[in-house]
Amino acid sequence: MAWVNAVIQGVLIGGLYALFACGLSLLFGVMKVVNLAHGDLATVAGYVGVGIVAAVHMPFLWSVPIVVLAMAVLGYVLQRTVIQAALSRGELTTLIVTFGLSIVIENGLLQFFTSDSRGLAVGDSFTTASFSIGSQITIAWLDVYIFILAVVVLLALQYFLSGSKYGRLIRAVADDREAAQLSGADYRHVFGIAAAIAFGTVALAGMSYGLTTTIDPTSGTDTILLFAFAAVVIGGLGSLWGTLIGGIVLGVAQQIGAQINISYEQLGGYVIFLLVLVVWPQGLTGRRAQT
Amino acid sequence: MSERNGPGLGAAAPLLEVRDLVVHHGQLKALSGISLAVYPGEVYAIIGANGAGKSTLLRTIAGLHRPTDGTITYEGRDVTGLRPEKRANAGIVMVPEGRRLFPSLTLEENLKVGATYARTGPWNIEAVFELFPWMRDRRGQKTAQMSGGEQQSVAIGRALVANPQVLLLDELSLGLAPVIVLRIYEMLPQILNSGVTVLLVEQDVSQALRVATHLQCLLEGHTTLEGTPAQVTRDQVEAAYFGATDAGANRDGSAT
Repeated sequence: MAWVNAVIQGVLIGGLYALFACGLSLLFGVMKVVNLAHGDLATVAGYVGVGIVAAVHMPFLWSVPIVVLAMAVLGYVLQRTVIQAALSRGELTTLIVTFGLSIVIENGLLQFFTSDSRGLAVGDSFTTASFSIGSQITIAWLDVYIFILAVVVLLALQYFLSGSKYGRLIRAVADDREAAQLSGADYRHVFGIAAAIAFGTVALAGMSYGLTTTIDPTSGTDTILLFAFAAVVIGGLGSLWGTLIGGIVLGVAQQIGAQINISYEQLGGYVIFLLVLVVWPQGLTGRRAQT
Repeated sequence: MSERNGPGLGAAAPLLEVRDLVVHHGQLKALSGISLAVYPGEVYAIIGANGAGKSTLLRTIAGLHRPTDGTITYEGRDVTGLRPEKRANAGIVMVPEGRRLFPSLTLEENLKVGATYARTGPWNIEAVFELFPWMRDRRGQKTAQMSGGEQQSVAIGRALVANPQVLLLDELSLGLAPVIVLRIYEMLPQILNSGVTVLLVEQDVSQALRVATHLQCLLEGHTTLEGTPAQVTRDQVEAAYFGATDAGANRDGSAT
């Protein structure tokens, strides 16, 4: 029964990892930008959520669309300024620039919020409510909500990318930037929209993370970015549902590792990560990378 | 350019005018002072061997290369510094060399991308389906699985739905069987009838001579011959194309 519990908990936390991963995957898929500040931006969203709830005393759920929208705007602006400037100087430059961004954000958070860890202060019933199956399996409602949120976000992304005008443009620009220009599309604007969407999902990921556990200024690179990378690599780059599968596999591996020995939680995740890299370099849902 | 008087063109102003265009690829000078004027309703063909600078010229007109010197005027407006997407919005639309379709999009999605920023005009996806009836049944297919000729047709369709005023065609015949090339060029009259002016680059000289109303031959970044197909002889074209005799090329040039 304990093993079943580990798998269930792993699947549920996999939803959170998929939320971490989909923004990273989208940015890489569309503009070949590996955003090393991805995790830190999620942390920022978490802190902004903490700040808004504390300062304005608004219900937590109301703060979600505000933070998502603010992060989306930030994403568009960052893309059109800093990241685009780096992109024009070569793909490697974006690595350095987003790494720099990551350091700036982390130290900025340390400066403003100190290194104390915080959680999103929401009513206890919301974060601690749970239900039991049998005597050994207890499932937190919050984990279920976040898993559902992840699936909804992925469905919405899928629908947007395949069915909408801008979704089509994003895929076209990802395929062939120059040909898209010849069709009259300003790829920089399309990149901006893709970044806005990615940052919106980052905000959801950061706030979800802040609900399940506490965040501190280094959570971004220590946890979120690494897990996002692992989920993307396991699932396969460029596939939305791959990120969900990758997140779930990572989550289950971690929980099974922890079940074997509580100190093996991280190890379990990385063993799977390395195994996939060796056996299926394209990821589990892998299709060959298109250039 | 002004000494030219093609049949029926009268005193109309050129739709697209290129003056003394110089383009470098790094250290290499790809174009050294090319000029041309395309009048409404023309099929203006640029011919030349590999590396003559034809594609560079077309790409520069589309905005994909920045010229070192010279100007590009469209509808009397200087567009030399305009971004490629702005030129497409203004009606200069290119079918790029090698088709350059969006491989992860279906046929219909490729056309929809072309139509996203379309000007108003006679072309839309339905009209393209009428020009290429086979597309209707295969609209949901990914273009990567299609033959070269089919892909070329999709690329033309994607450009047409934008309702161009000037259509730039870069090496339509590249990599296609002669029969397919003929078939693709067969739809040119229908495109012209819709009021589109065509500027094309073609390595296949006989094909270019068949469709062009005006001809310009490039060799190593220079113009070696210019005139209507009726004005030039086979020998002149050959000399201009391969650069066999400079004297011949000069004589041809003065004849226009």
